[in-house]
Amino acid sequence: MPIVSRGFRGRRRDDAPRDRVPPGQYVTDDFPVLSAGPTPHTPLDEWDFTIVGEVDEQHRWTWDEFRALPSETITVDISCVTKWTKLDMVWEGVPVDALLDGVETSAEYVTAFCDGGYTTNLPLADLTGGKAWIASGYGGEPLEPEHGGPARLLVPHLYFWKSAKWVRGLRLTETDEPGFWESNGYHIYGDPWKEQRYWGD
Amino acid sequence: MEALRLDGNAAAGLLREVFAAEVTTAVGTCDGCGAVEAVGAVHVYLAAGTVLRCPHCEAVVMKVVTDGERIWIDLRGLRTLELAP
Amino acid sequence: MEGTAVLGRLNWQVAEVADVWPETDRVKTLALDVEGWPGHRAGQHVDVRLTADDGYQAQRSYSIASTAGGSRVELTIEQIDDGEVSPYLTEEARSGDRFELRGPVGGYFVWDPNPGGSVLLVGGGSGVVPLMAMVRQRVANGDTVRTRMLYSARSWEDVIYRDELERHDQRVDGFEIVYTLTREQPPGWKGYGRRVDRELLAEVAPEELAVAFVCGPTPFVEAVAEGLVGLGHEPARIKTERFGPTGG
Repeated sequence: MPIVSRGFRGRRRDDAPRDRVPPGQYVTDDFPVLSAGPTPHTPLDEWDFTIVGEVDEQHRWTWDEFRALPSETITVDISCVTKWTKLDMVWEGVPVDALLDGVETSAEYVTAFCDGGYTTNLPLADLTGGKAWIASGYGGEPLEPEHGGPARLLVPHLYFWKSAKWVRGLRLTETDEPGFWESNGYHIYGDPWKEQRYWGD
Repeated sequence: MEALRLDGNAAAGLLREVFAAEVTTAVGTCDGCGAVEAVGAVHVYLAAGTVLRCPHCEAVVMKVVTDGERIWIDLRGLRTLELAP
Repeated sequence: MEGTAVLGRLNWQVAEVADVWPETDRVKTLALDVEGWPGHRAGQHVDVRLTADDGYQAQRSYSIASTAGGSRVELTIEQIDDGEVSPYLTEEARSGDRFELRGPVGGYFVWDPNPGGSVLLVGGGSGVVPLMAMVRQRVANGDTVRTRMLYSARSWEDVIYRDELERHDQRVDGFEIVYTLTREQPPGWKGYGRRVDRELLAEVAPEELAVAFVCGPTPFVEAVAEGLVGLGHEPARIKTERFGPTGG
């Protein structure tokens, strides 16, 4: 183990209930901004969300159509693979179940694709059954661009790299296709409770 | 203006582990747009891993992920890298 | 298949704090003893890693302030509000404390005594640290390249290395410094009192530049680099070291 620096604690909280903190994580009160690239700024009148790939037909929503869908407010804990966990984050978004309602597919996997080129992959089953949202609000405010606004994928039960910022759609696929990070070392699934951070974990 | 953007030298320590050489003076050709620049001049973003992007077209030139022991490097965006003493 | 790639690892070394002194209210210099330190070039930096007793780690990069050839490695660190590492280094660390250090790294943003023309050093806040290493190296070498520094600080009290810079300005041939104090100026101040803009750069930057080194918070660096390019200087001659949103 590396040498310990006397008196160093960092900025994490010590008082969180252990059963809410996945292994190897530390609790923060901040909302760190981590970005793999420049912040996109797609004007809302050019924004759309599409479901493509192994589908009966392409499904598409403009920003206005998307905002007209029923959304809900949820409170969830988030864990980032860089070891910070944030408890009780309040998000507002449309359940992915609502967007997939009526979509016919034999696909079992999904690739979320985003402005700026980021992608992430998950089993379709991890986006349904009330486990995922397309979130456009955080903390009672519209989602800021640096945190993925106007809309990001939100999948709280997996490491936060799966909650793709600036999401523009879902591509349904027959096979699991590793995305931006999954193709370069990060775990293909990413369950924080099993500490699935990297390949082979 | 990207407040989080850093320069190639922000990745210098990590890249020394990968290349066993000082890489910021090496000259790379972006596979996206063909621009030729010193690695020190690329844009660096620190996210779940380290991302190096072409300062001209912002295409990903390199991705580096490490778990502290293993290192994964994606070099697809780099057409060529010239290292000279 | 088991991989056996042999990487020329830049190992984490142990640094021991030998001395700490204040530069300004919010800035301190730590002088470190690093066993087996290989030496460095002015402008390079180190990665610092702190580990808590429960294994929690945080890592940041800091520019080396001292010249090559010194027995100790000096880092000048600004305390960032709500920072993770800087409050420890500036408020807690004392002689005998140890932490991990990796380096030196960086071959792109380093002092060259013979760049073939004038040098401009532009620093914003703690961005002056690697530039100061360069100035100190220039003085130690006896280099003669015409060097001008433009230093943007919030106030006269926030100017890091102030006395030393003033001495160099007065006594060192071919070196001069221009300050801009952006928030507050002392009585009788006749210098610049605003953020660096293209007009200010036009007045301060030499007409012909062999190289410019620009360092500080990312927004500062981008504004200066754009300004210099706008004045007609070649982008390849402008070397930048962005510190990120809040600076060093």
